[in-house]
Amino acid sequence: MRFRAEAGPLFAAVLVTSSTLAGAASAGEPRLREHVVIGSKAFPESWVLGEALTLLGEAADASVEHHTNLGGTEIVAQAVKAGSIDAYPEYTGTLREVVLHTPTATNQELRAALARDGLGITDSLGFDDSYALAVTGAVATRDSLGTISDAAGHAELRAVFSHEFLGRADGWPGLRARYGIQFAEVRGVEHHLAFEALAAGHADVVDVYTTDPEIDHLSLHVLADDRGFFPSYEAVIVYRLDLEARAPAALASMRRLVGKVDRRTMASANGVVTGGRSTREAAAGLIRDALGDAAPSIDGTAPSLGGVISAALLRHLELVASSLAACILVGIPLGIVAARRKRLAGLVLGTAGVLQTIPSLALLALLIPLLGIGVVPAAVALFLYGLLPIVQGTCTGLTTIPGPLAEAAEALGLPPMTRLVRIELPLASPAILGGIRTSAVIAVGTAPSPR
Amino acid sequence: MIAVEAVEKSYEGRRVLGPLSLDIAAGCRLAVVGPSGGGKSTLLRLVLGLVRPDNGRITIAGEVMDNRNKLAVRRRIGYVVQDGGLFPHLTAERNVTLVARHLGWDEARMRKRVEELAAMTGMDAGALARWPLQLSGGQRQRIGVMRALFLDPAVILMDEPLGALDPITRRKLQGELSTLFRSLGKTVMLVTHDVAEAAFLADEAVVLHSGRIAQRGSIEAMARAPANDFVRDLLVPGAP
Repeated sequence: MRFRAEAGPLFAAVLVTSSTLAGAASAGEPRLREHVVIGSKAFPESWVLGEALTLLGEAADASVEHHTNLGGTEIVAQAVKAGSIDAYPEYTGTLREVVLHTPTATNQELRAALARDGLGITDSLGFDDSYALAVTGAVATRDSLGTISDAAGHAELRAVFSHEFLGRADGWPGLRARYGIQFAEVRGVEHHLAFEALAAGHADVVDVYTTDPEIDHLSLHVLADDRGFFPSYEAVIVYRLDLEARAPAALASMRRLVGKVDRRTMASANGVVTGGRSTREAAAGLIRDALGDAAPSIDGTAPSLGGVISAALLRHLELVASSLAACILVGIPLGIVAARRKRLAGLVLGTAGVLQTIPSLALLALLIPLLGIGVVPAAVALFLYGLLPIVQGTCTGLTTIPGPLAEAAEALGLPPMTRLVRIELPLASPAILGGIRTSAVIAVGTAPSPR
Repeated sequence: MIAVEAVEKSYEGRRVLGPLSLDIAAGCRLAVVGPSGGGKSTLLRLVLGLVRPDNGRITIAGEVMDNRNKLAVRRRIGYVVQDGGLFPHLTAERNVTLVARHLGWDEARMRKRVEELAAMTGMDAGALARWPLQLSGGQRQRIGVMRALFLDPAVILMDEPLGALDPITRRKLQGELSTLFRSLGKTVMLVTHDVAEAAFLADEAVVLHSGRIAQRGSIEAMARAPANDFVRDLLVPGAP
């Protein structure tokens, strides 16, 4: 699951959404109550695990904020390192690649490397979310397939693989070399279409993530990796070590999941989410399945749709309004400067133009180490995107005031500032308002809406 | 009242004016005539302090027009431009009182002055609350004149003031303005390419040719005895 392409709109990513306005609520509470901020990445399994950690933290009477759907590994890793979040669900394989850049590192080496950044990891939650090959039960029985080595001997098998699996060194190319597989037919499709092809009998072998809910839904047979090719992606919790002193009860409560979530439990929770139900429901179910009778009592009902929409709308408006206000406050003076000084105009408009070409995700990744996560970096990004139209509008408006009017204003003997405020800005206002309108459209259109 | 002393102005190495000296005595009404590109607009801009001379200096009512005091000097000049030069986002009255308001006049004083000027220029008081676009061309020009006269400046500068008007309104306004400025004793400098208008509004004229004064005198006198072919072609109707 870790690299799922269906991860959703990336910008929505950092737009931190989720658990309502927990931040505002917590501000007024006494310091005695433990406060923990959880993060999760931009795919369903991470949402569910993040929400499960949130529910367990709350069960230990901590106030917990969940910034869900933050983005890719880089963004979440930055956030936990910077202290914007305290903990998030992760996979050992991803940590080996992203943190150590050493695919062969042991868990001990990983733990030591993370400790240098003030981070800890738990032991495995109990499942591994790695690549595997799967066949239908019928094919497994027909050809007596139990392992990948068994399948390698059957050249007549038709394989349908996801594009990503076909391209990755730790996917098909490496696998084929390791096992010497010679399938007659190998096609690339979108991951979810592979299951349809399998169900319709158009394919015999597909690649899966071991926690795909379809494995159980379609009663697929996962072939054992008998030559140990696929690297291990054990699910763990990455957390800030200071949490042990700051929120011991919440951390202990979250740690209860360690070793208790098996592959089937995770796959079924994923199925709840991909089936269209709420992350909270899926997380509550996962905790019940994992902890059984020991599970704390949890209200797994999802917040009402109206509540979710109004909270999201409020967040969206707050974001748009604050960034637009900043755009106006900064953009108009910059536009005035650009209109007055021909040489500066190129610099100002050029810089604003370049800012606008930076992809939003890259901009956010740059901003997170500086500003943390939350409304602030998103508002700053929107501010930077919305600046150009207002600067341009102001500059154009001021430089296109008809010559006779501009001269008449000057000839009256009004000082420059009065002239600007009383005459020139009002005359330029159609262009300035046009710029503000464009900027508002950009802000509304770019501002991530909570998922 | 207006003294232009050995002023020169070049743009991008090309001289557009001067060296030029011109003295306009208090109460004198002088027209600057000549074809487009002859330096009329440049001279006007220099006198208003909108551009700075490369050499020479300009004095208005004894004060040198320079960067330090140009705002104060401009307030002693009433500037009348084609079609009134009104700001479209201000009502006629607000256009008229713009500078006084900035200088902190109280409402009663401004109202009194507006009434005085409306009577003087024959402006219908009801039209003062309207926006410039709702006024006729003649009304806009009257409002422009009111604005120029508001602070009771000693000097009036006019730039093709009646160019945008229809012939009937134009003739009427020419007569009224001529009487008005004469009765107020203002020193007037009028820039125009229209020789007939210059003859009507001014006592005296200078002919500008390639940025220099070709001749100075009354239009009639110059037409009778043009200093050169250029002046003759400009002033004498039907000259070969």
